[in-house]
Amino acid sequence: MSILIWILHNFWALLVVLLLMLVGLRIAWRFQKYGLNRAELSYVLRRSPFYLVVLTFCFFAAAPFLIMFMHSFKTDGDLYRRPQPFVFRQDPTLEHLDALFNNTAYLDFIRNSVLVGIAVVVITLLLSLPAAYALARLTGPWGERAGILMFLVYLVPPTLLFIPMFRIVVLLGLKDSPLSLIVVYPTFTIPFSMWLLSGFFKAVPPELEEAALVDGYNRVEAFLRVVLPLSLPGIISTIVFTFTLTLHEFIYGLVFIADTSQRTLSVGVPTELILGDVYFWQPLLAAALIIAIPVGLAYNLFLDSLVQGFTMGAVKG
Amino acid sequence: MYRFSLPAFPLDNRRLVGALFLAPALLYMLLLVGFPFVLAIAFGFSDVTVGNTDLNFVGLRNYLAVWENDIFRQVFETTIRFTLVSQVFILIFANILAIIFTQDFTGKWFARFIFILPWATPVSLAMIGWLWMLDTKYSPVDYLLLQTGFLGPNGILSNNRNLFWLATPDLSQISVIFVQVWRMTPLATVILMAGLSSIPTDILDQAEVDGSRFMRTLLQIKLPLILPIMVIALLFSMITMFGDMTVVYVLTRGGPVDYTRVLGLYSFQVGIEGGNLAQGAAISLFAFPLLLAMAIFMLRTASRAEVR
Repeated sequence: MSILIWILHNFWALLVVLLLMLVGLRIAWRFQKYGLNRAELSYVLRRSPFYLVVLTFCFFAAAPFLIMFMHSFKTDGDLYRRPQPFVFRQDPTLEHLDALFNNTAYLDFIRNSVLVGIAVVVITLLLSLPAAYALARLTGPWGERAGILMFLVYLVPPTLLFIPMFRIVVLLGLKDSPLSLIVVYPTFTIPFSMWLLSGFFKAVPPELEEAALVDGYNRVEAFLRVVLPLSLPGIISTIVFTFTLTLHEFIYGLVFIADTSQRTLSVGVPTELILGDVYFWQPLLAAALIIAIPVGLAYNLFLDSLVQGFTMGAVKG
Repeated sequence: MYRFSLPAFPLDNRRLVGALFLAPALLYMLLLVGFPFVLAIAFGFSDVTVGNTDLNFVGLRNYLAVWENDIFRQVFETTIRFTLVSQVFILIFANILAIIFTQDFTGKWFARFIFILPWATPVSLAMIGWLWMLDTKYSPVDYLLLQTGFLGPNGILSNNRNLFWLATPDLSQISVIFVQVWRMTPLATVILMAGLSSIPTDILDQAEVDGSRFMRTLLQIKLPLILPIMVIALLFSMITMFGDMTVVYVLTRGGPVDYTRVLGLYSFQVGIEGGNLAQGAAISLFAFPLLLAMAIFMLRTASRAEVR
């Protein structure tokens, strides 16, 4: 605990020191490997503008998240009395994090988001795995047309559909229930994952399926036993991105569900942690950051795979 | 040689299996996108409200009322302006970043994590961060400007201690555009990265053998080759942006006055908050022809470029 306080008190200094240390170590490592000579020095100098550009972009991308991190630990007195956003004048506190988890519906939001996400992923996979395979291998020109149609449907924004969707949800008696989101979210996750998956399926060599067919498998078996296992990494990355798509969705969640305990993260946090004009800033910022970090890590882990699927799906499609 | 063959087993029939595989997904989409879409058009021609669920035909009344509404005109203009202006910056930054991130360098993994965060974070949550960054009174940005002499008494930008990022007409629009660029650049970058990584390496190797320098390879080989992908990236981010209401919902609720009100938000405010479903539907439908035209135009450009 006291270590956390010390880190937060010296947050910016530590950040700069850490950065300089990493840069210094990297350069030292180069010199050690290639010797400290003129060519090396000029290489390091030539390379540094590139890193400066990267650092600048990173700074702009990260700024709000750094602020979120710091402010999650500020006491009310420190936060509101004469703004001094970059230092702690009072010791950092964990009381707001504690309040976020114990006094608000944050855990409910997480639970709802996870449940909705998992259900949507299951529905999406059941429908889009075969459909994507059909697009990749089985159908001719009309299948391609169906694929383009799907792509266009993906581009229809929720802002165009939420009003009639709202009526349908009310008619089905699903208002205020996460079930409504489970039914509606696949409308954008299916086209997205079909597109991505068909990219991954195209990357499987057709000869393998032909061999399976010769061995006496039928088409369906060939798909289940040969193509699916081979594209497992692609399927996993599709699951990750489908899940995060549902995590991101805002408009349907806002319109369909008015009951606090049933809301999802993206809607619940900005609407329920703000009471009228009263913003509970520290819990708000913490709530956002706690979700941002794991999703960011997941995106980074699966980014190469996404790029690959996208390339196969779009470029060679 | 004559071969006697049994009638093909249905599960071996390529086209039959293809149709069977595709059908459930298509059906789902037809039911849950096609039907609501038709319903949206029907709503536009009716007088349905949240309280009164009867659909009475009222002709073009809603559309005419919307079209003659000054607020709608302004909202429509704002939406288009936001979309176009932000795309310029997104394309510039995305191109630079895509080139950076298709190269190898130390710390790439971590840099990519940081740079992807704005896109990975659910929009509404990232906007909470910006709401604080651009706060009227406590904005850390203002604080930095104050310390560096840009604000405060004798400040270069203003004599005030704050700039009121989200509360003045011009600045609120600039803020919204900035935040949109901030959150959408990574998406465009990733699409461009896909384009760059799909360039056959033998072309690049040949260029290197021929002595082509970095800039020349970039301008004369890479950029022309990824032009179709750039169009797709543009399509994606334009349509996402055009249909977005989350950013302004959290940041400004359309204020000050109407300066940052966009189409999606207006439709939400009239249709759901105001309870006039018919007019809300009519408002959002005005976006459709524009979206369709954009999509068709860009898909055509992309496919034509591919043929060449």
